[in-house]
Amino acid sequence: MINRYKWWEYIAIYAGIALFLSFILAPFVEAFVVSLRPLDSVFSIPYRFISEDMSFEAYFSMWESVPLLWLYIFNSFFIASSVTLLSLVAIIPAAYAFARFEFKGDNIILGSFLAINMVSGAVLIIPLYRVMMQLGVLNTYLAMIVPGTAFVIPTGIWLLRSYMMRIPRELEEAAWVDGASRLYTLRRVILPIAMPGIIVVSITSFITAYAQQFLFALTFNRKIELNPLPTGLYQYFGRNEVIWTELMAASLIGILPVIILYLLLQRYIIAGLTAGAIKQ
Amino acid sequence: MKKNIDLFPYMLLLPALFITLLIVAWPLAETVRLSLTDASLKPEENYIGFANYEKILSRRFPEVIGRTFLWMTLAVTLKLLIGLLGALLLNAAVPGRTLFRILTMPPWIIPIAIGMFIWGWLYNGQFGMISGLLQRIGLSDGPIEFLATKNAAFLSTVIADVWIGVPMVAVYLLASMQSISNEMYEAAWVDGAGRLYRIRRITLPLIIKPLITIGILSAIWTFNAFDAIWILTEGGPRNGTTTMIIDTYKTAIDRFRYGEGAARAVLIVLIMMGFSTAYYLVLRKIRKSELM
Repeated sequence: MINRYKWWEYIAIYAGIALFLSFILAPFVEAFVVSLRPLDSVFSIPYRFISEDMSFEAYFSMWESVPLLWLYIFNSFFIASSVTLLSLVAIIPAAYAFARFEFKGDNIILGSFLAINMVSGAVLIIPLYRVMMQLGVLNTYLAMIVPGTAFVIPTGIWLLRSYMMRIPRELEEAAWVDGASRLYTLRRVILPIAMPGIIVVSITSFITAYAQQFLFALTFNRKIELNPLPTGLYQYFGRNEVIWTELMAASLIGILPVIILYLLLQRYIIAGLTAGAIKQ
Repeated sequence: MKKNIDLFPYMLLLPALFITLLIVAWPLAETVRLSLTDASLKPEENYIGFANYEKILSRRFPEVIGRTFLWMTLAVTLKLLIGLLGALLLNAAVPGRTLFRILTMPPWIIPIAIGMFIWGWLYNGQFGMISGLLQRIGLSDGPIEFLATKNAAFLSTVIADVWIGVPMVAVYLLASMQSISNEMYEAAWVDGAGRLYRIRRITLPLIIKPLITIGILSAIWTFNAFDAIWILTEGGPRNGTTTMIIDTYKTAIDRFRYGEGAARAVLIVLIMMGFSTAYYLVLRKIRKSELM
């Protein structure tokens, strides 16, 4: 049997994987351990990984030190969900157009959408700031939702287009023969069949939108109560006296929802994220 | 024979076009226009030709460009190396591989900001883990303030950014490795090829194209890295980690010099276009060689 390893090969492979995963996971482990320790024990020399008096204290006291924490988490969810919904409105019809129709300039337009991935929000920040100002949406949720949406649309179109291309044409043709309009066909025939693809796109968009909130919130929002988690906690990170134990606890609580989502749906998320990078 | 133009597909594109034109295309054009003006907080703007470009190219900026390329090259090389090794290890058919693959992804899916808060603690000189461990095993005599000196901060931000980028590279390469058919390995095995030989002669040649693809994408993402550097150092100390994107942001948003900031942004866009062209050419070459 080709895949049988010798004992020393097992050891080498597992040692390599252990080394690799400790680079990836050590920060999370250390953050968790620190969140369990009392602050004065963390602030002691020499460095110790664990101490005797560990407790979940920080997970309770952080709600007082960071009084708006629950709001930051809510804002992050609200912004990411809004980005997801808004992007679906743009992604679904566009993906359908690219999957099913041949029209003048289709390749150029698709290429231009994909080229958006080469541009980062930070490059466009000056005119974006002015657009937001002129629209009067600075310091509102909209200033964080709309820019975020533009940057998840390209990958979404690409993912859903490939999914829709696999749907047999006969279904739509049957609907047209029955006299259904094309918009009706999209809504009643294509949407239900494409649902698994739409779900993968939604999850990918949500994860991306949850992860990308820092720049736009930092630049377009000055209202403390509208901060998503990254900028919300950033105020505490920048201080001279950082209460690290609580900051680590709050950070871990803040990423818990995406981690749970990821563990439940990891197959789709990995497929969605890697496919998003292919874009041939 | 006159063909009627079907407007339906264009209508389907309207929502996507509206958002991307508003948020990307128009601001991009506006950036180019602003880069030719002296726009600032003052109400009036004057057209000043290429003065902004002359100004930034004659001053500190070439240094910033060099630093950015060094930062990116270092980070991308490490991402590809560690990601490739990780993918090869995760591709080994050992018990637990599914779990290992799942454990690889978290740095990529969590908000970069949160990851950087954690790294900010790891880099803490007095009480942080890395400085502490280095002292424990005797590699350092005293505390190391990773983010307080120029060179250390430069390397520290690179490592933190590598941590963000490795999962994507590893998982992407792993996916390409798993699409290689088993028959090829078996044929080589029957011919007596050892495991390392099979990796060198089958796996690596077959993933060279995905490696190039993810390398270029990774270069684009790394070049644009903002959150990681901003949170860890805000471009300091003494501009030691100020890359082009950080410099652009500082000039425009902190110092309100919109014109000069826009000129920097245009240079970034030009470099990105260079990367995209490379990406396109590579993909075209790949597709051609696959057709043969």
